[in-house]
Amino acid sequence: MTAPLLAMHGVKKSFLGVQALVDGNLELDRGEIHALCGSNGAGKSTILSILMGFFAPDSGDILIKGQPVRFADARQALDAGVAIVQQELSAIPHLTVAENITLGAPPSQYGFVDFKQLNRQAEELLESLGFDIDPRAIMGSLSVASQQLVEIAKALSHRNADILIFDEPTSAIGEKDVERLFKVIRALAAAGKGIIYVTHRLAEVFAIATAYTVFKDGARVASGRVCDINRERLIEMMIGGAMEGEFIKENTPEDTPLLEVKELSRAPRFQGVDFALHKGEILGIYGLVGSGRTELLDTVYGLHPADSGDITVSGKTFKGGDVQEAIGAGLAYVTEDRKDSGLVACASVGSNLSLSILGRLQDWGIIRRKDELSEIDKVIGMMRIVTPGSEQLVRNLSGGNQQKVVLGRCILTDPKILLLDEPTRGVDVGAKKEIYRFMSDFTAKGGGVVMVSSELEEIVGMSDRIIVFRRGRPNGVFARGDATQKKLMMAAV
Amino acid sequence: MRGSTLSIWSGVFFRKFGIVAAFIALCILISILCQLQVAAGEWSENVFLTAPNLMLILHQISINGILAIGMTFVIISAGIDLSVGSVLAFAGMVAASFATSSLGVTPWSGTYVIVVPVAAALLAGAACGALNGWLIARFRIQAFVATLGMLLAARGFTMALADGNPISSLSPTLRWFGTGEVLGVVPVPVMLFLAVFAVSWVILNKSIFGRYVYAVGGNEKSARTSGIKTAQVKILVYTLAGFLAGLAGIILTAKTGSAQTNAGSSYELDAIAAAVIGGASLTGGVGRLSGTLFGALIMGVMNNGLDILGVQSFYQLIIKGALIVTAVIIDPSRKQANI
Repeated sequence: MTAPLLAMHGVKKSFLGVQALVDGNLELDRGEIHALCGSNGAGKSTILSILMGFFAPDSGDILIKGQPVRFADARQALDAGVAIVQQELSAIPHLTVAENITLGAPPSQYGFVDFKQLNRQAEELLESLGFDIDPRAIMGSLSVASQQLVEIAKALSHRNADILIFDEPTSAIGEKDVERLFKVIRALAAAGKGIIYVTHRLAEVFAIATAYTVFKDGARVASGRVCDINRERLIEMMIGGAMEGEFIKENTPEDTPLLEVKELSRAPRFQGVDFALHKGEILGIYGLVGSGRTELLDTVYGLHPADSGDITVSGKTFKGGDVQEAIGAGLAYVTEDRKDSGLVACASVGSNLSLSILGRLQDWGIIRRKDELSEIDKVIGMMRIVTPGSEQLVRNLSGGNQQKVVLGRCILTDPKILLLDEPTRGVDVGAKKEIYRFMSDFTAKGGGVVMVSSELEEIVGMSDRIIVFRRGRPNGVFARGDATQKKLMMAAV
Repeated sequence: MRGSTLSIWSGVFFRKFGIVAAFIALCILISILCQLQVAAGEWSENVFLTAPNLMLILHQISINGILAIGMTFVIISAGIDLSVGSVLAFAGMVAASFATSSLGVTPWSGTYVIVVPVAAALLAGAACGALNGWLIARFRIQAFVATLGMLLAARGFTMALADGNPISSLSPTLRWFGTGEVLGVVPVPVMLFLAVFAVSWVILNKSIFGRYVYAVGGNEKSARTSGIKTAQVKILVYTLAGFLAGLAGIILTAKTGSAQTNAGSSYELDAIAAAVIGGASLTGGVGRLSGTLFGALIMGVMNNGLDILGVQSFYQLIIKGALIVTAVIIDPSRKQANI
């Protein structure tokens, strides 16, 4: 038997006395697409960071093609054939696609960059991958999805890369691009490369992976072939116990409209959008990335003015483009990207939670600290936010808990209508369930939720009605029971 | 395990009190160097460690301290204000023009001689700051550029106001702001500095506005989504910085007895240095007024100590430059952020 492409055994790593990786094990063969599963904080990122040479392990062995290796930095890992497609886009927005792809080692002549050669190389690479992207385009002008594809091309430009790590590659791209991406990954595996695939979307594990490894609490708890397990089994292994029902839904919609949107347009993002959200209803909005879903929520919330159309809440029509007006009418908004627009990362959990309600906790501009603390503690308990204390910096929390902080801030304003954009993105299975529970409870008490999501199962599982967006226009409304993943997909593309 | 627990605790300690420790260490170092002079028979006593000298240090840092307080607000809001030195000069010139007999008009008399120049100067400073803030918030230009414009323009206004000449022959009442003493011991500038510090501390740490400043600097988009009127917050922050520059201008003019057209040149850099040594981060969202206070103190002790030790001014500049960069490199809260 030949040695596996990659073997990691008994890898340990601790930070400031906290054992992040207790017993890290991972084996990868050529031609294998290996899903790395686990909740946030299970140790996936740590073991990958060690593999990529970002930091050194405290102990343990790493063997590549049977040879023991130990990387001092990312360059060495790259030279040994380990390349990664980053979860967070690391592109330089002002450079062209081609310049980004060849960033590490641009072709040069006499010390000058050979731009002709550079563009040709990039073009060949993009073409061979089947990506329809102009290598001369400025990176920042591309959609997020296209940028992600460039990111992949960049990782593949290292010719000797044998081990490719995909860290949540689909978190920013739509279903259509996902298919394209999967095709590329399968082709790479067929060419004898080993793929490590990290995702929170379990459907993707079964769609693409051939093998799996589950991490929990810093150690491998299981691994094997994907064809031997099913979704329930995988979830059980990840949370370490049996799991009853993924979605929680106990609300019943009533007839009273809470929010009415009529003929709302903001060219070129979306046009002629009509819908009503009722009391106790979860209204799902599905569509590909770039179909205008996020922009619609932004506009309803007043972050951007609309070109035309009306937004009416409880019989009162907004003048539009005014966040204060929307908040006053009982709207709250959880944005798509909590790092970019949700949280003040360098501030404490407490001050993030109370940010929206300071206005009612003050006398003459001075905050009543006691009242503030009691509100903060209340919501930490209610949302079951796991944090050492309210003074902890919010960036030190896991993704799921960060998302609960964003939700907690919204709920403190006592809203009637919640606008949720991808509420479970980058959140582990356990926290996802808590977020579903929260949505169910909120609507059961008479609130209304508009939820934008790219996850088909989630949107089918949670929504009472689903509007499908296609190129900035509603392209079909589906009632619960009538909606299937296939129908939604058909309406979206 | 014990070792790492210890290191966590010392980390917390340094984050909270590191700057105080650094300040004390600096004071001890300078006293030792002075004591060596005494031991060598050069000096009859340790000049550094005398009450008058310590009060003098406070006096010397009061203007930079007041500017640095305003600068701390600006930096926490993820901005920068390069114009405070020029605004200081402009406000000082405004104050002087209302309190002099040398312009050929009879100066105000009675209580007006104090109220009018002071109010006019504070208003001038605040107006410059408000204009900065409005440009930054309304047109979304970078703070660096907007305040760079004001740095030039305010200096121009200062010169235009008195045809390029200094204004002297100030009324003695106005000069009280620079040379007076409270209770016969505490100089008025020191009193003003401490009062400004106290009020600002309450605003930044206890008020809703202070919290908004941190939020806007930490993540403006998030602040906006949370319902904060971010433009308003920014305009207020720069107005405050301008107002405090105005106050500093009054003090400097009163202290020197004349308003000079080149007053306050490059004071903005000292103010930024004090805030940065004190742990404020130019990326916004991070900073404390207590840190800035000690930042200003460290710079003051350094200037004073090196002066009395007879270190030549060009070496002083080199040492100060190294100090600023070193302070940021070893700042433990910054390391924390990079993990």
